[in-house]
Amino acid sequence: MIIAVPVEEKNLGSAICISFGRAPYYCLYDTETQQSRFIVNSAADSPGGAGIQAAQNLVDENISTLITFRLGENAAKVLDASEISMHKALNASIADNITALLEGKLNPLDAIHAGFHHGH
Amino acid sequence: MHQILILSGKGGTGKTTVASTFIALSKAKAYADCDVDAPNLHLVMGSFENKKESDYYGLPKAVIDYALCIACNQCFEVCRFDAVVPGPTYHINPVACEGCTFCQYVCPANAIHMEPAKAGELKLFTREDEIFSTATLIMGSGNTGKLVTEVKQQLKNNVQENEIAILDGSPGIGCPVIASLSGVDLALIVSEPSVSAFSDLKRIISSARHLQVPVAVVVNKYDMQERLAEQIAEYCFKEGIPFLGKIPYDEAVVKALNLGKNLAWINSPASDAIKQLYDKTLQVFKELIRS
Amino acid sequence: MQASIMGTERTIAVLSGKGGTGKTLVSVNLASAASSAAYMDCDVEEPNGQLFFRPAVIDEKVIAVGRPAVDQKLCNGCHICSNACAFNALAVLKDQLLIFEELCHSCGLCIHLCPQRALTEVQKPLGVVRKGSSGTVSFFSAEMHIGESSGVPLIKALMKQKPAGLVVIDCPPGSGCMVTESIAKADFCLLVSEPTIFGAHNLAMVHELANLVGKPCGVLLNKTQEGSNPSEDYARTHNLPIIGSLPYDKDLARMTTEGLIASRESNCYRQVFADLLKEVMDASDPDSKR
Repeated sequence: MIIAVPVEEKNLGSAICISFGRAPYYCLYDTETQQSRFIVNSAADSPGGAGIQAAQNLVDENISTLITFRLGENAAKVLDASEISMHKALNASIADNITALLEGKLNPLDAIHAGFHHGH
Repeated sequence: MHQILILSGKGGTGKTTVASTFIALSKAKAYADCDVDAPNLHLVMGSFENKKESDYYGLPKAVIDYALCIACNQCFEVCRFDAVVPGPTYHINPVACEGCTFCQYVCPANAIHMEPAKAGELKLFTREDEIFSTATLIMGSGNTGKLVTEVKQQLKNNVQENEIAILDGSPGIGCPVIASLSGVDLALIVSEPSVSAFSDLKRIISSARHLQVPVAVVVNKYDMQERLAEQIAEYCFKEGIPFLGKIPYDEAVVKALNLGKNLAWINSPASDAIKQLYDKTLQVFKELIRS
Repeated sequence: MQASIMGTERTIAVLSGKGGTGKTLVSVNLASAASSAAYMDCDVEEPNGQLFFRPAVIDEKVIAVGRPAVDQKLCNGCHICSNACAFNALAVLKDQLLIFEELCHSCGLCIHLCPQRALTEVQKPLGVVRKGSSGTVSFFSAEMHIGESSGVPLIKALMKQKPAGLVVIDCPPGSGCMVTESIAKADFCLLVSEPTIFGAHNLAMVHELANLVGKPCGVLLNKTQEGSNPSEDYARTHNLPIIGSLPYDKDLARMTTEGLIASRESNCYRQVFADLLKEVMDASDPDSKR
């Protein structure tokens, strides 16, 4: 199982990025190998639809779980259609969030916000 | 950063007047103008020692290299935005171009490429320990939502974590408003007693609720139509929204603003009402960030 | 008492850089003060003209734009469309293609590129264009469906309906692409401005826009009161003709808050707006020396 987390810095001790679509990086943690790696979010600078493009990139990385504070409705549609489970992040480090998820302590993400998606 | 956003729905109800008075009363160290289509807050905030400006880019737009263009007309045929201007050599009208890249795909001569297009400027003003973030859009440009997000991000990057920021919002209920509401602790909606302002108020309340942003309401120029002002107050009561007060129509407001005077420093019926409103808003705000 | 404009072909666009300056108030009253006129509401996001005219609707037409539709059986998930879309309106998942219509600009590129021919263009409603009548005024408006992002195609459709005679166009606020579209066919731009430094700042923006597209224009100073008027100062220092002024007036403000048309409610206001219309007609007369 691959877990994705939007992050500010390429470091497991750092905080989770508040924004999903405009996060500079994603941390991808593979539970089988217990290895983590960081990918650049190529959608971060898109004038519109960043969340969709970011979600597309994560789907292409075969993730099965996402931990985030917030998620736009369009990105949620992409992830939901790909049967990716979405969880609400805690105000703690990336590593602590992943541990909490694996211990079943993270709630499912309930609030989906209307994104600022228009490229107009 | 804790954020109070001043909004209105309908334009011209007095957002900027209320915001600028709040900034002076609270001696806010951090504030921003999120109305990037028609920014006004800078007109009443005095001069700043330091100004830092940076370019803001929207979607890249098509450019035709005249030397390579063979005038085959294919770009003209595919463009849905009337952005290709035919002639002995073709060119692109950058105002009409939406950056879809279709013309680039069909050009057999490789004469078309996409160039970053400046869509506006982000501005960061500082004065002693005060920070003011604002922006301007180039005429006819889009992408306002993203620019609003950048205005707020720029402010956040430059202030302390616990700082209280006051944000002047934009009119309407569209994309820039949604961007300005994001992450806000309290949205104060400045309405006025008219049929159109009331209907816009209802729409902005549902937008804010959708984003889980707590709202409070004030009615400006309430004495223009007291019956409607009462209806707005009743509506708020029924919806469980704090109704924080009424501001009278007051000619002194226009006079003070035009002299560059902040309402915080004058005594008039409207400025007294805004001062009371400020105390109430702060009370609501403090309860919200404590919980 | 009504201004006779028989036989005059003239299109007047009423605009302002900020909301709340009185665009709709001025537009509906100017149209009502003429012996016959058309009113066109181009504020497709918040069309308020109907609150005043309460028109009997004669015709209503749905305006559609082309959008891609996918045949999921033909899509092989190649990502060509999603990689090419500049607006990120497409997402390719394991077994399906998602299309985000509110992001789509209807450019047609994805349909052109799809190697499987899995995408076709279908017409989707963007909003409605209405035609109606209210007294001596023929009424036209367009309303965008909530959730859509660009009203430009609606304004284009509305402009195709433009009737003969005197036409008053109530523009959207601001100086963006929708305003540019709304004034494209105007002979003259009437800029409505408030007596504040905010009003003057936004007046400068729309003045610049009118100059940019090469339209003659003049300013109507609205809500004037005692003391300085920065909008007036701007007009004087920038050679912007002042067409007239409307002093702040509690009765006029009250009627407007209730959705009433002052020039229909009282002879006094009918005269005020008939006089104003005459000034506008003179200023916009291409043969005048003014």
